[in-house]
Amino acid sequence: MAGLLSAQQVTSVRGERTLFKALSLSLNCGELCQVVGPNGAGKSSFLRICAGLLPLQQGEIQYQGESIEQCRTAYHQDLLFIGHKAGVKPELTAIENLMFFAQAQGQPFEEPPYDVLATVGLVGLEDIPAQQLSAGQQRRIALARLWCSSAKIWILDEPFTSLDTAGIELLHGRFDEHLQQGGAVLMTSHQALSQLKGAVSQIVLEYQH
Amino acid sequence: MAKIRTATILTALIKRDLSVAMRQRSDLLNPIIFLLVVITLFPLGVGPEPEILGRIAPGVIWVSALLSALLGLERLFRDDFRDGALEQMLLLPVATEWAIVGKIFVHWLLSAAPLLILAPLLALLLNLPQEAWFTLWMTLLLGTPVLSSVGAIGVALTVSLNKGGALLSLLLLPLLVPLLIFATAAIETAASGLPALGPLAFMGAILVLTTTLSPFAVHAALRVSVN
Repeated sequence: MAGLLSAQQVTSVRGERTLFKALSLSLNCGELCQVVGPNGAGKSSFLRICAGLLPLQQGEIQYQGESIEQCRTAYHQDLLFIGHKAGVKPELTAIENLMFFAQAQGQPFEEPPYDVLATVGLVGLEDIPAQQLSAGQQRRIALARLWCSSAKIWILDEPFTSLDTAGIELLHGRFDEHLQQGGAVLMTSHQALSQLKGAVSQIVLEYQH
Repeated sequence: MAKIRTATILTALIKRDLSVAMRQRSDLLNPIIFLLVVITLFPLGVGPEPEILGRIAPGVIWVSALLSALLGLERLFRDDFRDGALEQMLLLPVATEWAIVGKIFVHWLLSAAPLLILAPLLALLLNLPQEAWFTLWMTLLLGTPVLSSVGAIGVALTVSLNKGGALLSLLLLPLLVPLLIFATAAIETAASGLPALGPLAFMGAILVLTTTLSPFAVHAALRVSVN
């Protein structure tokens, strides 16, 4: 059966170095997959290939059994990708950033999403340009998207970076909710995800010389 | 899931870019101030004889417009590349080319509108014959979208390089030379009292060619740059 997102025999070569060879992944509804490995092993590259940001050199990525190049729009509508650089515009306020993301996903808010900001702990900071906030607070703006998107597939590159313990716990809670609602998460993290209730699988990447 | 309308996403993108630009006004004003300074310096440099100034006006205005456009061009994708908004743009659930058209449109609006408004002032400062004023304005109207859309290709190619500025100029100036030639030819023809439709038609053709094809080239270049 074709899963929500599957990767078959994906190989990535950057420059002279083979990052990984013949990597496969199958992600179904309600599953979380954590990609682990040392720095430079190609975790981010794998995630970016899965999101369709990097060209596929070998192998195939499928969304609901169809190659993602063929159903790009449908796939991207159902995908939420947050990378190292989160795409938060530093000149805009948290509210403006969120409103844009929601519109760009085709689910505009009818009124400013103050409740979402309250959930991620940014109350009172809604009118301040993101550049004046701390790194963790900027991260929270980006992660607030997780509360207001209906995308099923989340691809998150180190989502816990610069978050405090409370933030990490909050995010764990949101992952549980998402998995229960039939979503799927593909993420990299150096943290153990033992707090999660749902199924967690791991892909281990080795550093190839 | 409901199908997302391209127009909605495009408006959202344009609105966001406009509000970002409005908060970086100094970035926005730099090219236009540069242009004004160059134009006012010319009479001081070559002497205030009206005939000489009127004779060199088309070239001076267009060369400075070209250089000032290069000055502000990097803004198109540089900040987006740094904060990750570019990646998010490539992941929008619309054809990326549309998003690129939106970016180019915003850049054109912010860089060309002041130029189009100031054009009569520039013509006045350099004593351009009055018959040529409208043609000058037309060349700017037809030429500035070309600057933005061809420039976008260059910026997309160099955005991931740290010091792409010099390379960008080297890459783009040769491509923009035909534009400069046709534009100044049109203004000079008009200044000598002849109809300037010929060169203007060429500019129109360049405009159609570049605005329609550049989004595809920009998309290909961006895919390489976000690697």
